[in-house]
Amino acid sequence: MKPLVLTLRQTPEQRLDMSPLVPHRLAGKTAAEIAEIELQTTRVRVTVGDIFRLRMGEPRQIRIENACERLDWIGQDMMDGEILVEGNVGIQAGRTMRGGRLTIAGDAGPWAASAMIGGTLEITGNAGDRLGGPLAGEMTGMRGGIVIVRGHAGERAGDRLRRGTILVEGGAGRYAGCRMVAGTLVARRKVGPLPGYLMRRGTIVLGEGSAALSPTFVDSGSHDLVALRIMASFFETYSPRLASVIRQPRRRFAGDMAVTGKGEIFTPA
Amino acid sequence: MRGLTANGVRVDDTFAEAFPMRATALVITAESAQWARQAAVTMTGFATSIIGCGCEAGIDRELDPKETPDRRPGVRVLLFAVSTGELQKQLQGRVGQCVLTSPGSACYAGLEGAEPLKLGDALRYFGDGWQISKRFGGKHYWRIPVIDGEFLCEATTGLTEQAVGGGNLLIMGRNARTTLAAAEAAVKAIARVPDVITPFPGGIARAGSKIGSKYKGLRASTNDAYCPTLTGAVKSALEPDVACVLEIVIDGLAADAVAAAMRAGLGAIVKLGAKRGAVRVGAGNYGGKLGPHHFHLKELLP
Repeated sequence: MKPLVLTLRQTPEQRLDMSPLVPHRLAGKTAAEIAEIELQTTRVRVTVGDIFRLRMGEPRQIRIENACERLDWIGQDMMDGEILVEGNVGIQAGRTMRGGRLTIAGDAGPWAASAMIGGTLEITGNAGDRLGGPLAGEMTGMRGGIVIVRGHAGERAGDRLRRGTILVEGGAGRYAGCRMVAGTLVARRKVGPLPGYLMRRGTIVLGEGSAALSPTFVDSGSHDLVALRIMASFFETYSPRLASVIRQPRRRFAGDMAVTGKGEIFTPA
Repeated sequence: MRGLTANGVRVDDTFAEAFPMRATALVITAESAQWARQAAVTMTGFATSIIGCGCEAGIDRELDPKETPDRRPGVRVLLFAVSTGELQKQLQGRVGQCVLTSPGSACYAGLEGAEPLKLGDALRYFGDGWQISKRFGGKHYWRIPVIDGEFLCEATTGLTEQAVGGGNLLIMGRNARTTLAAAEAAVKAIARVPDVITPFPGGIARAGSKIGSKYKGLRASTNDAYCPTLTGAVKSALEPDVACVLEIVIDGLAADAVAAAMRAGLGAIVKLGAKRGAVRVGAGNYGGKLGPHHFHLKELLP
């Protein structure tokens, strides 16, 4: 299958709304129709044709080359198919995506995977703040699917995570997994202070612990749990490095006792 | 019903009549093969016959750590019952009392089925509010805190309606020793066949039954035609050289698995021969009108 290739001509003069460029919305469209799609976020009208060199292919697979931080909402509401982005992207990549696979070969801006519902999002570089988190006013963040960040994640990664899995091969900023409702967040390297702040349920696994753990988390002792081994074999396909972290015995902290206290943070034993 | 003779063993020209059943499978793991086996043996205890036990259950096979979801030693258990409701009830009761309680155990679905049966979904309440739900890769698990750590249990397991119960072999010999030797050889061969169990003690039943009784309310009673001590007194199915009969009952997840098991068992009996083992092999049926599955012995001969 020959992918549809969009190559950025030059850095656009305004931020762009890339949300129309997802496989299910492009299905059946001709090259001319795709070139006419508007992407502007200001009053200046710009179309796909103005911004990208377009090489037509099967839109189930889209490749965006030469991307930059001004491309926002890439893969928003994506249902199926595949998008590969070469370069950095702007805010809210993969927001509320439901299925398919979105790969960002670069860094992602804030709110990547925001309120994601399903599918797979991989970021080979770093992720910005509020990875998977909700926008202001929304009750829940990510609700399903899997996010893999090969680099570091910013602050408040997994904010209000409800279901699904976030795997970070690097570290994360402050308040990782804050306000989590459920789900799983794993960071291989050290994370900033106060992970799991106000989390209700869910699991946070920290390969190297955190800068400071909230006193509202209580020590539940060191354990070698079967559940962590099951997680490890699930993570194996996405990140063998993370899987090996989880296979070791861990110290369990229960919290956040400031709320329901049914969440847990695993740190090195 | 005289049939063929193979290696001195007379094989009746008859068939085993078997019935459709509902079945499910589980994978039980533990820190060691011994404790996985222990949990499996405990949960499949008192599960020889649906007549009195509610279900028939047994160990299908032992699993290498490489084959289990948590990479610990495991055992695959099969459970058979006549209805989905009874199967669910037996599953819940047995896993709850025997696997949940067994040190270090974990329990997973052993069968992909269209219809789910509750596993962890039924047992999670034991956690008294501290149970934790986890979903990974399309699977749903429950983590239930217990006094040795955590009991991990998959939420549901699969159900098959294609299962077949009541495949059987009647093994007849000159004395108890040689007949048992033949039966043991057959059970050993059947144990290697996947997706089947032999639910009776050690796979062997010595109290073969017939339907009905002279007593009111008794659904099954001794199969007098095959009782060696009743030859002469009743219309016997035995010849003078038969002094002992043992039965092997086989349940399988599908008809072809039962056929494969009967073929393996029959092969082992014939291989042992008449001198050291059985002199005759037969099979139990009800005239062919009750059960839809007929397994003819002559078709299963090696």
